[in-house]
Amino acid sequence: MDRIPILRMGQFLLVTIQIDLYDRLAVNLESDLVQMVSKTGARGVLIDISALTIVDSFMGRILGNIGNMSKIMDAETVVVGMQPAVAITLIELGLELQGVSTALNVEKGMLYLQEKIGNQIEAADDEDGVE
Amino acid sequence: MKIEREQDVVPFRNRVKEFAVKIGMSLVNQTKLITAASELVRNMLKYANGGSVIIEIINQGRDNGIRLIFDDKGPGIKDIPLALKDGFSTGKSLGIGLPGARRLVSEFDIKSVEGKGTVVTIIKWKNG
Ligand SMILES: Nc1ncnc2c1ncn2[C@@H]1O[C@H](COP(=O)(O)OP(=O)(O)OP(=O)(O)O)[C@@H](O)[C@H]1O
Ligand SMILES: [Mg+2]
Repeated sequence: MDRIPILRMGQFLLVTIQIDLYDRLAVNLESDLVQMVSKTGARGVLIDISALTIVDSFMGRILGNIGNMSKIMDAETVVVGMQPAVAITLIELGLELQGVSTALNVEKGMLYLQEKIGNQIEAADDEDGVE
Repeated sequence: MKIEREQDVVPFRNRVKEFAVKIGMSLVNQTKLITAASELVRNMLKYANGGSVIIEIINQGRDNGIRLIFDDKGPGIKDIPLALKDGFSTGKSLGIGLPGARRLVSEFDIKSVEGKGTVVTIIKWKNG
């Protein structure tokens, strides 16, 4: 596998990272996401990192890049599901995830994005199957 | 264990994890150790074109721990106290690798000779 699938759901893009990423995979994800945001005009990006057992400065930088570039294209980025041990470690490492918001889980992350972009998502967007 | 390419980073981290699990290290301490190790191994790749790491289990009294020795034959570090400062980087990066790794482990030692290379030794005690 050398690409992480990106799901489109209404105005949002969803990514679930299922394994600890090799660098190339992470770099691909960054460029794929940025391209997708620009192509689809998505207003929000949700990245589920609950399967990541470590986030070092490299991975932190990738997440920050995604957030910053999405912002330039008028999309919000939310990172969800960070494991507590990872969160504790990031603080001690001294890495701030810049340009992204965080939420506890996919549901809360979606809510955050919807509020952020002013509930423009239609109720018809069935959210079953997410998570 | 030899570290020569970026693709070696994830397998290396998995190796460290195996050792940490073997001595029953808590998840938080494992995560701290592996994150510190990841930073150091990235520096080795970025600034010294790779090197080698020794992973070992050590005992002191009733406490067990993991010791990692990162050894490279790169350009060395001219000013170690400066390199250990938050935000110092010659690689246009964040400069949190070395100081962050130091905060995450129980013991941290760095020796470097300009033109010869750098050796960083870290210890994380199981309960430390
Ligand atoms: N193994 C090494 N050999 C030679 N120089 C090194 C080595 N490791 C670190 N350095 C030097 O120390 C500086 C600080 O390292 P540190 O890991 O803290 O920051 P960085 O790698 O530049 O940025 P970051 O880790 O945040 O991406 C580096 O910029 C580099 O000049
Ligand atoms: Mg570094």
